[in-house]
Amino acid sequence: MPGASSWSFREEDFKRITGLLGGLLRETNVRSLLLVDRAGQIVANVGEAPQFDTQAFASLTAADFSANDQLAKMIGEHEFSSLFHQGEKESMYLADVARRVILVALFDSRTTLGLVRLKVKSAVEELTQLFEEMFNRAGTEAPKIEGFGGKEAEDEIDKLFGD
Amino acid sequence: MSMINYASREINCKLVYYGPGLGGKTTNLEHVYGKVSPNTRGKMISLATETERTLFFDFLPVDLGTIRGFKTRFHLYTVPGQVYYNASRKLILKGVDGIVFVADSQLERMEANIESMQNLYDNMAEYGYDLTKIPFAVQYNKRDLPNASPIKDLQEALNPGWQVTDAARQQVLPDPNFPGEFLVKQLPTGEWVERAPTHEAVAVQGDGVFETLKTVSKLVLKTLG
Repeated sequence: MPGASSWSFREEDFKRITGLLGGLLRETNVRSLLLVDRAGQIVANVGEAPQFDTQAFASLTAADFSANDQLAKMIGEHEFSSLFHQGEKESMYLADVARRVILVALFDSRTTLGLVRLKVKSAVEELTQLFEEMFNRAGTEAPKIEGFGGKEAEDEIDKLFGD
Repeated sequence: MSMINYASREINCKLVYYGPGLGGKTTNLEHVYGKVSPNTRGKMISLATETERTLFFDFLPVDLGTIRGFKTRFHLYTVPGQVYYNASRKLILKGVDGIVFVADSQLERMEANIESMQNLYDNMAEYGYDLTKIPFAVQYNKRDLPNASPIKDLQEALNPGWQVTDAARQQVLPDPNFPGEFLVKQLPTGEWVERAPTHEAVAVQGDGVFETLKTVSKLVLKTLG
């Protein structure tokens, strides 16, 4: 699609991402790690399966980050590369990855903000490299799905809408 | 920014409902939420003021079904319509795959419609998106009100058409929703123009809501081919 930059990832990308997040999870002892794209879609989740609606969470995360980006610009900063929301028991730490995705760490008193911040920082560097490779490979063209332009796909689309 | 996950065979697309304040964007989402089976939709999130005016956005994920073995999910968003909230409105357009412009048919809202349409073009342009090239549908809402403008006037003001330069698209395309009208046609001057597909609606009663969603969803899915 012209303008909007789409992207897709393959099974091996997914394995590398979840492998990296799995390592971070063990090092930090956080409850759960989520990767969310800037348009509000959930990319990956490791650790405890969240008890909340992850899609709603992803859309709010993206909005939270976007709103904070604008606030950063207003005070003369280029961006806030990370955000921290502190709760009584549960807290969350959010970090930007390659300006395209957001890494979210959900944690409680079993770990500390200092450790999370430190480990997330190095994980973000690795993730950034990984995502940049993916984006470079994909180029700026919108991903296409084989067979999606054909008559059969159109019939399936029509059927979904009860035509 | 449709996201295709080959590992889980999922496609996620983002649709944004745009338009002037109190035009019925949230009502469109509420109707979809109420009608779709709870198995195929997620929770609806509304970031609204105490008086139920949209402050940031409404969000509703809907599973459409499986196409070519891919589970397709649409994320529906609305923007705050009030002029005042442009900063947050613009943020919601990030990564959009398809747009529905919900116009308020009432005569006295014509100026607000025009202003909002202009604002949509401007905000899209700031992201480098071209509204004439992405899936886009217009809904004329509140058709049941006595002060509703004629469709012809709304079309002239809000959807006059844009020039088609791509020779492959220069073919007469009838408008399936308005017999005798055309989505793509040649003007007497020889110039080809295209209009966004439109629907009439009474969103509070659900009329035209799914028809509009269907039109824009189909356009989005076709871009993946």
